[in-house]
Amino acid sequence: MASRNSRDLMGLGLTGLNKAAGSRLLDRLRLRKPVERVVFHGARAGFRTVGAATRTFTAAKRRATPERPRHTGERGRFDLTPTGEQQMIRDLSREFAAEQLRPAAAPADAECAAPPELLKRVSAELGITVLNVPESLGGVSSERSTVTSVLVAEALAHGDMGLAVACLAPSAVSTALVLWGDEQQQATYLPAFVGDDVPAAALAILEPGPLFDPFALLTHAHRTVDGYVLDGVKSLVPRAASAELFVIAANLDGRPALFLVESESVGLTVEADPAMGLRAASTGRVHLSKVAVPSAALLGDTAAYADCVRLARLGWCALAVGTAQAVLDYVVPYVNDRVAFGEPVSHRQSVAFMVANIGIELEGMRLATYRAASRAEQGRSFAREVGLARALCAEYGMKIGSDGVQLLGGHGYVKEHPVERWYRDLRAIAVLEGGVLV
Amino acid sequence: MSINLEVPTKFKLLVDQAHQVALGVFRPISRRYDLAEHEYPKELDMLAALVDGMNDSGEQGTGARGVRRSNDTEADTDGVRNGGNLSTVLSVMEACWGDVALVLAMPRQGLGNAAIASVADDEQLARFDRVWASMAITEPGAGSDSAAIRTTAVRDGDDYILNGEKIFVTAGARSDAVVVWATLDPSKGRAAIKSFVVEKGTPGFTVERLEHKLGIRASDTATLRFADCRVPAANLLGSPGIEAEQGFAGVMQTFDNTRPLVAAMALGVAKAAIDETRSVLAGAGVTVDYDRPASRQHAAAAALLAMEADWEAAYLTTLEAAWMADNGRPNSLQASMAKAKAGRMATEVTLRCVELAGDYGESSLLEKWARDAKILDIFEGTQQIQQLIVARRLLGKSSAELK
Repeated sequence: MASRNSRDLMGLGLTGLNKAAGSRLLDRLRLRKPVERVVFHGARAGFRTVGAATRTFTAAKRRATPERPRHTGERGRFDLTPTGEQQMIRDLSREFAAEQLRPAAAPADAECAAPPELLKRVSAELGITVLNVPESLGGVSSERSTVTSVLVAEALAHGDMGLAVACLAPSAVSTALVLWGDEQQQATYLPAFVGDDVPAAALAILEPGPLFDPFALLTHAHRTVDGYVLDGVKSLVPRAASAELFVIAANLDGRPALFLVESESVGLTVEADPAMGLRAASTGRVHLSKVAVPSAALLGDTAAYADCVRLARLGWCALAVGTAQAVLDYVVPYVNDRVAFGEPVSHRQSVAFMVANIGIELEGMRLATYRAASRAEQGRSFAREVGLARALCAEYGMKIGSDGVQLLGGHGYVKEHPVERWYRDLRAIAVLEGGVLV
Repeated sequence: MSINLEVPTKFKLLVDQAHQVALGVFRPISRRYDLAEHEYPKELDMLAALVDGMNDSGEQGTGARGVRRSNDTEADTDGVRNGGNLSTVLSVMEACWGDVALVLAMPRQGLGNAAIASVADDEQLARFDRVWASMAITEPGAGSDSAAIRTTAVRDGDDYILNGEKIFVTAGARSDAVVVWATLDPSKGRAAIKSFVVEKGTPGFTVERLEHKLGIRASDTATLRFADCRVPAANLLGSPGIEAEQGFAGVMQTFDNTRPLVAAMALGVAKAAIDETRSVLAGAGVTVDYDRPASRQHAAAAALLAMEADWEAAYLTTLEAAWMADNGRPNSLQASMAKAKAGRMATEVTLRCVELAGDYGESSLLEKWARDAKILDIFEGTQQIQQLIVARRLLGKSSAELK
């Protein structure tokens, strides 16, 4: 007897139908605009759809060599002051997070989707996808801007982590193209990311299963005469159903590698993969069944892949810092206002010390994240620093999420307050790989 | 301005020198003076002279004096400074990687010297230039509650008369002078607490006894008695008046500079234990991979990774607190955060390292470091006091509200 988690006949049938339909059918019907493909509520076990219909990505002006932002070079002075430009972008991001993300967070969590207008505004008002793109490719930076990206991610996550992930998902792909794309890949895909209508896109590394290791992937790429064929499953991919372009991690000749895969590729199907948190990011599962991609789809080399994993983790660290700060900012007035036994509960050491420890561990998380980001953009080694920042953010980020609920007691457990959402979101830090990139 | 959390280029030589001292001078005699408690480590005299020489030659922050908040280093054009607090924290950390007890026993590098450097006026600074000063706050009836101290100072002409007993004074027997906290009026609370430099040989000032301790045994810990001890009024550090809170704030200001220093000591001891454990484990075939998930690695490797992460958090918070001090920014919150994190981290890490390496015996220094580390979560404000300070700051509470 099949386990309860396996697909039933209806699910298999639908999968087959979609596979048969493929994107060519949609093409023939000229269904070019992305449609609402994934229904998160209601019976849907095993229901899959083809990937979002995409615009046509064609190489516009191809350069002789790829454009890369330079490393800033090693700095000689200890300094925790952001540059004037970074402070400006951080302020804008904070404002956007407070005014647009926080109020939209609860409904987006309930609906498992970010409002489309909000996602448009984040591109228009913050220009997130152009931050890491060199000027010559239509972006704004000529130098690596890992720290700036970290500050932005942190600021947005203070508004809401799920929405922040939805906002940042396309820039994971554009940043990967900037850092590791060759001249053809950059010319083909980057123009869309610096235009007015930024496509949904996602960096997919994580796979379902226990003890996932991004350096021991189960998704495989096999060489063919004119390219590669990909097989495997990617889980918790942000905005998977609407993404027009994926960067997919797959094992090639025993080594992990990245591949550019357009969502309309035959054999690529998307399934809703709602999780305990990050629900506003509309996480989905991407199934790859004999997906053929051209040889030009291979993105970067083995070293690039390792850096990609690290910079993605660093993005999650920044998100953890932002959300943990939101917890601290929320619990302080709560425990000061909440009266029990005739005085504010914050007058009790057991409560006050919990708040103190949130502050202490958050400071360490933040500084470790900044150090790793700064090393990365300076061109120093940063594997160790990312490893340590991730260890801190995974452990203490979750602890802070849990303490946030605890400090509000029963009120923390209900959806009237955001701390239960932050508790769910913060569990992601230790689990997620890919999705964001700084 | 741009974010960078690496050791400043200009301090690299200093850090390297401190490491050489730790390795070449402290480590070889570390066990000897742990076993021979109360025996003076005479090897330190030459070293102390060397440090004095470096101070005279204008090298910054080579000791306790480095914590003075002054414009001794030029800020860059954008106003950001890397100064004595940061370089002191970095060099103390390296030195304590060698042996924290010996660092605490270093002549003229006592916490009293840091206190003098923090709050003395220029005349006092010059007068106590070559003085080895220890710090006397704790009393039999008042530890963390330093506002409750009962040692009295009564003005009499150009002098103050001190009466009382001080315990747990680090380097109290060997130092040339002691910075003593005393109250001008026990009924007036914190505002009446002042600190005085009392030199050895002052009539009425006696060293009563030395403690036998769990760790930092190379450093003497003394009980001091003051019986009608006459101290010149010029030896009072800070303002002589009883202004509400302000006076106490003055003496407490010392902590903003010395707590990162104690955090640095904790970082040094913990780093020594982590380095040793890493090397021992590597010999057993266990190494850490920073990229692979911890749960896919050997449990000992995962433990090492977690310890190193906690160390990193404490390290960076400590550097932040020192950097803020150098740049004239109020850092009480960060200083207490650093002390809290570093203190508990060092105890947990060193104890875990004994467990992982299996080195419980005296053939390794790991067991010594685990004993030494514990004091760093206690003196200069216990873990609980640091948490109280951090909590009050974050919650906006007074000491009357959040007790």
